[in-house]
Amino acid sequence: MHPELRSGNANNADLPAISLRGISKRFGAVNANSDVDLSVACGEVHGIIGENGAGKSTLMSILYGFYEADSGSIYRQGEPVVIRSSSDAIACGIGMVHQHFMLVDNFTVIENVMLGAEGGFSLSQSVSKTREALQGLSDQYGLAVDPDAMTGDLPVGLQQRVEILKALYRGAEVLILDEPTGVLTPQEVKQLFGILNTLRDQGVSVLLITHKLQEVLAITDKVSVMRAGTMVAERLTAQTSKEELAELMVGRKVLLRVDKTPAAPKQSLLDVVDVSWRDARGVERLKSINLQLRAGEIVGIAGVSGNGQTELLELLSGISRVQQGYLDVCGTRVDAQTLQDAKAFRQLGVGHVAEDRHRMGMVSAFSAKETAIMGFQNEVEFRASGLAGSLGLMSSAHVTRYCESLMAQFDVRPADPNLKSANFSGGNQQKLCIAREMEREPKVLLVGQPTRGVDIGAIEFIHQHIVKLRDAGSAILVVSVELEEVMSLCDRIIVMSEGRIVGELSASEADASRLGMMMGISSTSERLS
Amino acid sequence: MSQKRLPVWVDIVLIPLINVLLAFVVAAGVIFLIGESPIEAGKIMLMGAFGYDEGIGYTLYYTTNFIFTGLAVAVAFHAGLFNIGGEGQAYIGGLGVGLLCLALDAWLPWYLVLPLAIIAGGLFGGLWAFIPGYLQAYRGSHIVITTIMFNFIASALMVYLLVNVLIEPGAMSPETRRIAGSTTLPFMHDVFSAMGIEIASSPLNVALFLALLCCVFVWLFIWYTRWGYAIRMIGFNEQAAIYSGINTRRMVVLTMCISGALAGMVGINEVMGAQERVVLDFVAGAGFTGIAVALMGRNHPLGIIVASLLFGALFQGGAELSFEISTITRDLVVVIQGLVILFCGALAYMVRPSLERIFKRAVAEDKS
Repeated sequence: MHPELRSGNANNADLPAISLRGISKRFGAVNANSDVDLSVACGEVHGIIGENGAGKSTLMSILYGFYEADSGSIYRQGEPVVIRSSSDAIACGIGMVHQHFMLVDNFTVIENVMLGAEGGFSLSQSVSKTREALQGLSDQYGLAVDPDAMTGDLPVGLQQRVEILKALYRGAEVLILDEPTGVLTPQEVKQLFGILNTLRDQGVSVLLITHKLQEVLAITDKVSVMRAGTMVAERLTAQTSKEELAELMVGRKVLLRVDKTPAAPKQSLLDVVDVSWRDARGVERLKSINLQLRAGEIVGIAGVSGNGQTELLELLSGISRVQQGYLDVCGTRVDAQTLQDAKAFRQLGVGHVAEDRHRMGMVSAFSAKETAIMGFQNEVEFRASGLAGSLGLMSSAHVTRYCESLMAQFDVRPADPNLKSANFSGGNQQKLCIAREMEREPKVLLVGQPTRGVDIGAIEFIHQHIVKLRDAGSAILVVSVELEEVMSLCDRIIVMSEGRIVGELSASEADASRLGMMMGISSTSERLS
Repeated sequence: MSQKRLPVWVDIVLIPLINVLLAFVVAAGVIFLIGESPIEAGKIMLMGAFGYDEGIGYTLYYTTNFIFTGLAVAVAFHAGLFNIGGEGQAYIGGLGVGLLCLALDAWLPWYLVLPLAIIAGGLFGGLWAFIPGYLQAYRGSHIVITTIMFNFIASALMVYLLVNVLIEPGAMSPETRRIAGSTTLPFMHDVFSAMGIEIASSPLNVALFLALLCCVFVWLFIWYTRWGYAIRMIGFNEQAAIYSGINTRRMVVLTMCISGALAGMVGINEVMGAQERVVLDFVAGAGFTGIAVALMGRNHPLGIIVASLLFGALFQGGAELSFEISTITRDLVVVIQGLVILFCGALAYMVRPSLERIFKRAVAEDKS
C-alpha cells in the first residue's frame, strides 16, 4: 500500500474515479439513503451539501465501509467493488479524513502515519521507510509537516494535514473530507484549499462534505445536493449560485401547519446578556450571545447542529456554569459568581426538554415512572406518607399514579408506568419527557429538538402542546435543526452559526433559502446584517 | 455492541449456574490430576459445609461476612463505582467496633452496646471509604487505585496499632485484650441452647441477623429512596443525573460512605462476635471475596445472599477437604475457590454469546 505501488490512472482517466449507483440504506423505518447516484471524476473536487440528516454522512460511511448498503453498487474506475470494511476501502484507494480526527495525540507524526500500516516486525525499519515515503508525499503535494513533532502539540490545521498524509500514505486516490473546515481558522481554511488544489492537480479526487455554501463555491468543481436521503441535484460549480444551492438544499417543502394565533409577547422572562462560554479545552463555543425571551412567545433557534446550540441550552438550564456575561432568569440574576445548578434553575421556573434524550433527558434502563420524575425526584408529593417518608422512602404508588396521569394527558403508549423507558418508541419517549417538563407549568421552557426521531402524528401533538403552553403565558425557546419546524412553530427565529447569533427574523419574513444562507455564514465570510 | 435480549431467568439463574459448574469441572480436573477422586472430594466438601451442625455453623459464619462485603461492593456499583477497598474498610470498621466495646464492656450488656457498635463500625468503615470517595469526586483520583491503596494503609495502620498501642500489656501476640463476655454477641449455639436445643459450637453469632437486616436496608435504600434513585441514575447515566439537578459529587461521596459502613459491619461479626477482640488480619480476604459475591449476585441483595452462601460453603467445605485428604492441601482449596471466583466473577459473561446463539436458533425454529 505504498504510493510507489499504486497503479497509474492515466489510461482510465476518462472513467470516473468512483461512482455509486442506486445506493439505498434504511435504518429501521428511516430511509437514510434512497437510490442515490454519484459520480466523481479523477482529479475533481466534488462537494456534497445538504442539511443535517440529509444522508451525506451515511453515504460516505457506505463508501468507506462503515455501513453496507442495502442495495446498489460501487464502481472504482469502472470496475465493480465490494466494500465491507474500512480496510476494503483503503485497499480500493479510498481515504477518509473524519470531522473529529482519528489521531493518537502522544505519538509523533511519523508514528501516526504508519499506525496500522507498519509492515514487518522491525519498527525502526518501517519508521525509516515511512520517513522516506512521507518526504516524497510532502514534496509531491506540498504538505509540509515535521515528521518528528508530537501530534498533540500541533495546531489543528497541521493535525488535519497529518490525517490527509495518513490517507495518502495508504495509497488514497479518492479522499473524503467530512466537514473539514469546522475546526479551522480562516487562515487554515485558506491553506487547506491550497492543499486541495494541489491534490486536484496531482489527479486525486476529493469528496468534500460540508454545509458551508461559500466554501463549496470557492473550491469545488462540481456540487451534489442531498435532501432527505435522496440526491436532488448536481451542478457545475461555475454555473450555480449560493441562492440556488440554498434553495436546493432546503427545498420547497409543504409547510407543516401549526394552528396558532399571532403571538402577544409580554414581559421578559429570560434575558441573556453578553454571554460567552468556553469548553474544557478552551474553545470558545458561545460568543457574546444576547437574547431575550418574553412571556407568550416561541423563539426558535435555527442552525446546523454543533454551532453552539447545545452549549446555549445547557447554559440556560443550569447544567453548565455561566462564565462571562449574565442571565436574568425570571428576575434572578445569574452570573459567574452565583453558583447555580440544574436544580436551582428548575426552582426558578425553567423547564428543559433535553436535545438528546438518550444522552441526558431520560435513563434508558429506568422504568417509565422513574423517567417521569427526573428532576423532580425530591418533590414532597413523591414521598411515602408518615415516618417512612421522612426517612426518605418514596411512594411507588404515588409515582405510578403521577406517571399514569402524565401518560394519559400526553397520550403516551403503551400507558404502562413499569415498562422500561428504552422499550418505548422515540415519539412516546419524547412525549413522556415533554409531559414531565410541561406538567410543572414552567415560566420558561427550553426545548431541544422537539421532534427528533418522532413520527408525524406525534409531531403535531407536541407542537400543539407547545403552542398551548405559550398561550398560557410561558416563554419558550425551541432549538431545532429542522428548518420547517422552526418556521412553522416559532414566532421569532434566531440563527446561530459558529457560536454567534448571526441573524434574527420574524416568522413572517423567514423563508427557507434566507435561513439556509444565514446558517451557512462562517467566519470566513462577512456577517449578514 | 448492545446486549441482545435473553429471558430474565437465563441471566439470573442459568448463567451463574453454568459458571459454577464450569468452575467445578475444572477443579475436578485438578483434583483428578493429583490422583484423588473428584467425586470423593466433592462429597467431603458438601458434607463439610452442610452435613452436620458445626459445619453449617461455620458456613453461615463465613456467609455473614460475605453478605456485608458483597452489599458494600454492590451499593458502590449501583453508582458506577468499583469499590475494591472492602478489605480495608472492614478492617478499620472492626477497629471502631473494638474500641467501642473495649471502652464500654465494663458497664453495658451486649444489646445496649450493639447499636453503638454498629454506629462506630459504620463510622470507621465509612470514613475509610469517604477519603477515596472525596478524592474521586473532587480531585479526580480514580477510586479503584485509591481504594486499593487504602487497603494497604489500613493493614499497616492496624499492625502498628496492635503491636504498639492496643496490645494487652504483657501479652505476646499483637491483639487487644478480650472483650468482657457480657458485651460480646451471643453465639448461635448459646441462643439455641437457651431454647433447649443443643447444637455444636461454632463462631456463628447473631450478626447473621444484622446481615439479613442490612440486605433489607440496601434493598429499600437502592430501589425505594430518592437517594437510591439518584445513585442508580448516576450509575446508568451521569449526564442525566446532572440534567436532573443531582449533585453527583456529593452523591459519590455519600455512596462510598454507605459502602464503607456496610463493609465495616464485618467488625460486628468478627470483633464483637467470633474473635471477641481485635486481632491481626481478622478480615481474611472477605473484602475481596465480596467483589465476586456482588458480581455473582448481580448487585441485588437476594443474589448476594445466595452467592455468599455458596462462598461460605466453599470456605468451610474447603477447610474440611484439606483436613480429610492429606494430598489436598490448604493451597489447593484456595485454587478451587479461585476457580469459582474466576468463572463467576471475572468470566461472568463468557458463556453469554453462546447462549444468545442457542436461544436465537431456538426462537427461529419456533417460528418456522
